[in-house]
Amino acid sequence: MTTIPWLTILGVVPLIGALILLVLPRDNVRLIKQAALVFSLAALVLTVVMGLQFDADSTAAFQFVESYPWIPAFGISYSVGVDGIGLVLVALATTLVPVTILAGWNDVEDGRSVKGYFAWILVLETLMIGVFAATDVFLFYVLFEVMLIPIYFLIGRYGGPNRAYAATKFLIYSLVGGLLMLAALIGLYVVSAQQLGQGTFDFAALVGLDIDPTTQKILFLGFFIAFAIKAPLWPFHTWLPDAAKESTPATAVLLIGVLDKVGTFGMIRYLLPIFPAASEFYAPLVIAMAVIGIIYGALVALGQTDMKRLFAYSSMSHFGFIALGIFVFTTWSMTGSTLYMLGHGLATAAAFLTAGFLMQRAGGSSAIATYGGVNKVAPVLAGFFLFAVMSAIALPGLASFVGEFLVLLGTFSRYVVVAVIATLGIVLAAAYALRLYQKVATGPESPHVEGMRDLNGREVTSLVPVVLLTIVLGVFPAPVLDVVNPAVDRVMDTIGMTDPTPALAPAGGDQ
Amino acid sequence: MIGTGAARLADATNIAPVIQPLAEATGVFSYLWLLIALPLLGATVLLLGGRRTNRWGPYFAVLMVVAAAAYGIALLVGLLGRSADDRAVGQTLFEWVFVGGFTAPMALQLDQLSIVFVLLITIVGSLIHIYSLGYMEHDPDKRKFFGFLNLFVAAMLLLVLADNYLLLYVGWEGVGLASYLLISFWQYKPSAAAAGKKAFVMNRIGDVGLSLAIMLIFVTFGTVVFDEVFAMAGEASESTLTWIGLLLLLAAAGKSAQFPLQAWLLDAMEGPTPVSALIHAATMVTAGVYLIVRSGAIYDQTIFALTAVMVIGVITMFLGAFIGSAKDDIKKSLAGSTMSQIGYMVLAAGLGPVGYVFAIFHLLTHGVFKANLFLGAGSVIHGMNGEQDMRRYGALRKVMVITWLTFMAAYLAIIGIPPFSGFWSKDDIIHAAFEVNVFVGVCAIIAAGITGFYMTRMVIMTFFGKPRWPDDAHPHESKAVMTIPLIILAIGSMFTGMALLFWGDIIDWLTPVTGLEQSPLPFPTILLEIATLVVVLVGVAIAIGMYRKDVPEEAPQDVNILTKAARNSMYDDAINDVLVVQPTYSLSRAFIGVDNRGIDGIVNGLAAFVGGSGERLRRWQTGFARSYALAMVGGAVLVVVVLAVVRLP
Repeated sequence: MTTIPWLTILGVVPLIGALILLVLPRDNVRLIKQAALVFSLAALVLTVVMGLQFDADSTAAFQFVESYPWIPAFGISYSVGVDGIGLVLVALATTLVPVTILAGWNDVEDGRSVKGYFAWILVLETLMIGVFAATDVFLFYVLFEVMLIPIYFLIGRYGGPNRAYAATKFLIYSLVGGLLMLAALIGLYVVSAQQLGQGTFDFAALVGLDIDPTTQKILFLGFFIAFAIKAPLWPFHTWLPDAAKESTPATAVLLIGVLDKVGTFGMIRYLLPIFPAASEFYAPLVIAMAVIGIIYGALVALGQTDMKRLFAYSSMSHFGFIALGIFVFTTWSMTGSTLYMLGHGLATAAAFLTAGFLMQRAGGSSAIATYGGVNKVAPVLAGFFLFAVMSAIALPGLASFVGEFLVLLGTFSRYVVVAVIATLGIVLAAAYALRLYQKVATGPESPHVEGMRDLNGREVTSLVPVVLLTIVLGVFPAPVLDVVNPAVDRVMDTIGMTDPTPALAPAGGDQ
Repeated sequence: MIGTGAARLADATNIAPVIQPLAEATGVFSYLWLLIALPLLGATVLLLGGRRTNRWGPYFAVLMVVAAAAYGIALLVGLLGRSADDRAVGQTLFEWVFVGGFTAPMALQLDQLSIVFVLLITIVGSLIHIYSLGYMEHDPDKRKFFGFLNLFVAAMLLLVLADNYLLLYVGWEGVGLASYLLISFWQYKPSAAAAGKKAFVMNRIGDVGLSLAIMLIFVTFGTVVFDEVFAMAGEASESTLTWIGLLLLLAAAGKSAQFPLQAWLLDAMEGPTPVSALIHAATMVTAGVYLIVRSGAIYDQTIFALTAVMVIGVITMFLGAFIGSAKDDIKKSLAGSTMSQIGYMVLAAGLGPVGYVFAIFHLLTHGVFKANLFLGAGSVIHGMNGEQDMRRYGALRKVMVITWLTFMAAYLAIIGIPPFSGFWSKDDIIHAAFEVNVFVGVCAIIAAGITGFYMTRMVIMTFFGKPRWPDDAHPHESKAVMTIPLIILAIGSMFTGMALLFWGDIIDWLTPVTGLEQSPLPFPTILLEIATLVVVLVGVAIAIGMYRKDVPEEAPQDVNILTKAARNSMYDDAINDVLVVQPTYSLSRAFIGVDNRGIDGIVNGLAAFVGGSGERLRRWQTGFARSYALAMVGGAVLVVVVLAVVRLP
């Protein structure tokens, strides 16, 4: 095991960056932005270095493990470590932060504090790394809640005209979820105290508990609702469209692309292993919510008149796929869900960033009707926008396709009808996404679009990594599969599930 | 004239397909991946290179396809050098998707079936690329056009070379993307943009079938690799195989514009004509036929699915022929004809081992003569200043001699006049149909008659009679860069059928993959050939009778119901609108209402209730961040208290 505290260093780097930003002269806007970019890139480099040392064949549940007592009296510790799932989500966060900083370079231009904007983004990065790396459930909870603060300020201070409403709505929803989770957390602690004689929040110890099914069912709900609000599942989703619409594009990317994944990550990491019986009990309900969300989100997206709201509903539809994959309990679908989290994170970045570039050039309007004929005046921007659209509909060959297909495959292996309904989502996705592209980019130029300048070097640079990763992970997902597969196998072992056997299993059908 | 039917009348044959062990790709086959990589490189360079590549980019694209064609021919020579049951070569590039027991490798397979597609795609593709140098000469986005064309060729080659269903899906969707981009190439035209979208969305309905088929294949066989699936096909239950067959048929119907997913193809004619020739006539739209024939091992076990394939083929064969007979737009008439001809192929595939080889044989000859017809039409449109209405043509044979003569070669090929290509392949399908079902055989003959009618109508309206040209049109023969490909294709229209049959032994070549079953007919084959020819000539005569005199510049309105329906493409848009589009949008509107007033209303109401009045809510909002920090602290305190209590005992 490595002795370098990789995860702590990684988590601290953006935080130091945020603190340094605070002491920089507020007038030197350029320096502030550059510093923010440098620190976020440093975190990315660290992630790459760390990722290269990750041992895919290791039998240990977590790697880069660190554990220091925090409040020993209550069995609370500062414990971090990642499995393959945590690793790729940390990587998603540290990849998208520099991308959004670069893309959101000029997001703050009207006298609001540039320093604050980028400092909050860096603080958020620290918290996102922490939340995916925590192996102490109390630490996870604290980070899960504290994360709301930077997002609240990022929306509430730097967002659109209706930002106060959107930020508050987001906060109330999250608070309700957080309180329920807190209650369940305490319950869990009580159970651990009863069974072990000494209460603990240590993840491994909690997984080892033998909680009676009734208690499981109650505690499950507390965590589940918090997660279902975070990665909004139908019907807990209505904060999302408002938050997406009022956020700056950079905030929307971090919120929907990364932060919301904490919800689905929490389902795989905490719900299934700690409450296996309850997970099985509630699976039909979650599956129903997921499938309704897939179709409902897609249909509502089809009728949207606002680009950002459209992408929000499309995301909700995709979160349905991710949750579905988790709760049908197959390695295919669970790995698929993890890949889909990555794919969706990248797709969200492409979607909101290109939408943001469009808006900056058309007086800030996100109304679809503002646009038309962009392809004629700004072909490069329109090209990236088309890529975002194709990424949103999970075109085979792109990252989201592998995830989506594996989710559907796993679902099909257990619930054929559910899989058939969910598959219809791919038609609706094509309909809403191409309708959007058609209205925005084709046809005669709208007056708001005339003379629109094409993307500049900085903007292109911010999108290129997203595009490249989307293609590479779609064509060669092996590096991700190598690390995610063992983690998913471990979850499946923990919950005592095995994949359904094919009707005519060939010899050695299972790996 | 001795048709092939006569040649094989001697006795009943029954050749089962063999699953050839995949030989490792060595020697000339070592660079199989290059076949896809070359056009993909072209697309990448052109699309990412930007304006720098404007000048030389199109030539680079042409070079890439020609190089792929040359390599394709080398591969054919390589295959010819192997024994007949050892012509499947596999190349695994890397593991692509692997989870639990599921694996889909990035692996290619070249065999007798895929090589004929490779050659069709790259050779016809090369000619169409060259032709486009002239056709798109003055288009400001010429570079993009060639980039998209190269992208299409790469995706299509992936489709036919993939060794498993999931990888095939990537090629399948890749050609869909290229098709979308090229249909809406002139996307400042709203009609072009709408047509592209329509094609993509309707194809996605077919993709639902392909996705579900792949899933069902995996949960049944535990693999999606062709050879492994086919080796076990006989062991699965018939109902499962029937479902797989029907789902693959749905996929094929989408991609190949077969009933009931045919409506996008006519709109797809919004794309530049070389695109119509390459994608929407010669290659992509035949991918459905490839899928069915490739999956023959599955269809062989399920007479129900096979019959469904045949029925869909018959329906579309007539549907397309009617539409082709009524449209005045030359490209739309040809698009109807394409639907109809693919209907023939699907019908043949639906005959099972009796028809698979002939489906592919017709697919190849059709690929050549239909490309010829479309490029000829393109040459006419080019010369007529963009005019596509045949009622404004007439007498063009005098000013466009090469276009006219080459078009005539393809005309004779498609209506099946011996010894032109179409005669051999269509005749074989009719023969095979009679072996299985007399009714289907009769249908195939009648459709041949309608083909004779609409093609003669097209030729007369375009090249004969008096000029009805618009005032600003100054028709002229196209440049050599366009006419040379036409001449080559016309030679192909004349000889492809004979060359494939007698020189290429196409039947023997394909049977190791497709199998072949033949039984003698109760009457001499020559009778069938004569009957078919007579019906075709009747169709030709009717057309001559109707269009010999002056063609009115406006379409007459006092026509029968069938003509009216056919002019409206059998009301496909209206039907889809009522059955699918409107209900979807209604549901969408209803859900939006639910979302805004229902769910969100309840949430906001709750919030107002919790916060008391709206005023208080607002104050609550503004002070909320600070309160929240407080609440956090309070929460933490609460936790600590509870923990302390719990620890007490």
